[in-house]
Amino acid sequence: MAEQNVETSGLLGWVDRRFPLTKLFKEHMSEYYAPKNFNFWYFFGSLALLVLVIQVVSGIFLVMNYKPDANLAFSSVEFIMREVPGGWFIRYMHSTGASMFFVVVYLHMLRGLFYGSYRKPRELVWIFGVAIFLCLMAEAFFGYLLPWGQMSYWGAQVIVNLFSAIPFIGPDLAIFIRGDYVVSDATLNRFFAFHVIAIPLVLIGLVVAHIIALHEVGSNNPDGVEIKQGPKDQYGRPLDGIPFHPYYSVHDIVGVAGFLIVFAAILFFGPEMGGYFLEYNNFIPADPLKTPPHIAPVWYFTPFYTMLRATTSDFTWILAAGAVIAALWIFIKARGCGLCRYIAPLVLLGVAVLLKVIDAKFWGVVSMGGAVVLLFFLPWLDRSPVKSIRYRPTWHKWLYAIFIIDFLALGVLGTLPVTPEYTIAGQICTVIYLAFFFLMPVWSPLGTFKKVPSRVTFHAH
Amino acid sequence: MIKKLLGVLALSLTCTFAYAADGGAQIQKAPDRISDLAALQNGAKMFVNYCLNCHSASAMRYNKLMDLGLTEEDIKKNLLFTRERVGDLMTISMTPEDAKRWFGTIPPDLSVIARAKSTSFGPSGVDYIYTYLSTFFRDAERNTGWNNVIFPNVGMPNVLWELEGPRTLTDVQVHQVPNESGNMHWVKTTSVFDHNGYAEITNETLANYQGDVTRTTTFDSKDAKAFAQFQNDVADLSNFLGWMAEPVQLERREIGVIVMIFLVLFLLIAIRMNNTYWKHVR
Repeated sequence: MAEQNVETSGLLGWVDRRFPLTKLFKEHMSEYYAPKNFNFWYFFGSLALLVLVIQVVSGIFLVMNYKPDANLAFSSVEFIMREVPGGWFIRYMHSTGASMFFVVVYLHMLRGLFYGSYRKPRELVWIFGVAIFLCLMAEAFFGYLLPWGQMSYWGAQVIVNLFSAIPFIGPDLAIFIRGDYVVSDATLNRFFAFHVIAIPLVLIGLVVAHIIALHEVGSNNPDGVEIKQGPKDQYGRPLDGIPFHPYYSVHDIVGVAGFLIVFAAILFFGPEMGGYFLEYNNFIPADPLKTPPHIAPVWYFTPFYTMLRATTSDFTWILAAGAVIAALWIFIKARGCGLCRYIAPLVLLGVAVLLKVIDAKFWGVVSMGGAVVLLFFLPWLDRSPVKSIRYRPTWHKWLYAIFIIDFLALGVLGTLPVTPEYTIAGQICTVIYLAFFFLMPVWSPLGTFKKVPSRVTFHAH
Repeated sequence: MIKKLLGVLALSLTCTFAYAADGGAQIQKAPDRISDLAALQNGAKMFVNYCLNCHSASAMRYNKLMDLGLTEEDIKKNLLFTRERVGDLMTISMTPEDAKRWFGTIPPDLSVIARAKSTSFGPSGVDYIYTYLSTFFRDAERNTGWNNVIFPNVGMPNVLWELEGPRTLTDVQVHQVPNESGNMHWVKTTSVFDHNGYAEITNETLANYQGDVTRTTTFDSKDAKAFAQFQNDVADLSNFLGWMAEPVQLERREIGVIVMIFLVLFLLIAIRMNNTYWKHVR
């Protein structure tokens, strides 16, 4: 017979002989060993999965009553809020969940930054993660058009117009994306398809890949110590590890409870969050003839929006100067490698020239997209001999603090109108952000590092 | 007789609706009556009688007003005037084309206007509507005969004028204007609009002014009693619009309290369970 031999009996045994149910459960839950020293920062992965489920389920119920037609969309949302039993609750779950998704994901990424979770052998976990972040940004962007309010319409108009800045293919590409010469009913219908079907499928696939890649090598931990390389017991299980189930399944329930308290407080007492989760301008139906005085994306896109607006034709001089300096540095410092000593500097000089040839609008888009794409390269930018921030020199910790404050500043600046002072502030913050990553191969190995312990630091509960 | 006149004079002198501002007009804070069902009912009556002729509220059904404690009979007898039925949406018969011809613009739908007019870290939509409805002044230059302090040259007439009673507006602006040679200099412009809308404007050059742009707008009511009643009605109406923007809000907060209590208890139990499992981990 082609059936497998298994240890379980009864109904479970019947299934196990045909589908690796118990085997999967053991491999990924009850016999999957995770480091025992996870702290607060390690809640956000499971919370991200929770918010994904919340968004999908609330989304399914919203789609039952939402009408993706430019004439009907806005009033269908109000219908859900007023006439569908519990509709208001589903709507607020989805709007609060959208913002909380970004809060959770930014904190999840910050954990990765702190503890070097992207380092070898977990580069692929990180790469899948950045791909998830990009998909999340696309999902939020497509979803925001659906209520068809003023901010929905004009935000989409601005962002899709960015694609027209790409040389040669830009304007046609923008028409291709929109399905029309301006954002219209055609755009709404296709964004609905992307938001409800295309991107969720890709997201779920990427999340599965993200977790499989993680389980293949095992989790990192706050000390950056590899538990699989440490001492093991007589069965070959790492002494610094504990089975994910029941220890972390139970531990994560505490995280879920804490998160739900924050989530419910917002949902029931302040779903608009002062106009940042549900923007006030979006309660006006979309009017193609009335441009709002102040168009800004939702708060979670504001850091990148600042970088877009900061890239003026004056700023491209600074970026070009940076490219020239980098070209010289590589040319002087590169050893061996023969060709790359010449190719990399030449490419950079080419970029420096293009920075002044192509319109700054295009480079604004490049800065904005580049700021996210840069994250893909983090495992190779970080040259520190230790993984975790705990064992880095103190001044590294200050650099991380500056980076965090800089990112928050970029976010605040994105909500403000354009003035000369704010533009300069945005440019300074953009330079700090880019320098943190581009110069990381230079600053990360510098300084006196503390000795990394062989065992994790764990305090008994 | 003299005593009565003196009394009215005293009342009208105290009855000023004044606010100072830097540059733009200040939004006054409306009384908070969002949980006061009697006030919201009065606001509903104001809304149906004064607003619903030009503005629609097409997401709102008449029978939703039962959430405010009205019965279907109350609604049918007092708030339905033509062919509407109690389960209908609050639509109007004026077409957008007619609206543009008559007013120059289409009066916006008011279903969610109180949410649309809110500002982040600033006055709420209810405050905006309260101030807006209270700051109409007679202006003979406008084709409706009315103008508005916080929405200059608005196309909407002052539908509540009968309730408001006659008022004079004194608007004092300190700002920079170009003089004959084209240079900017500081000028104090005092505009007094009487209750028939005729303005008396005086300009005074401020030679050594060092401060910022300011604006002080003061209304003076001729009928203080009517104005006090008017202010009360406008507060009710503004709060009603705030309620109508999200009718479920009162229920939402009540349910929220119960949910929070449950979640806190759930957190405590989850922590205890976690500690029980982790007790033996070394």
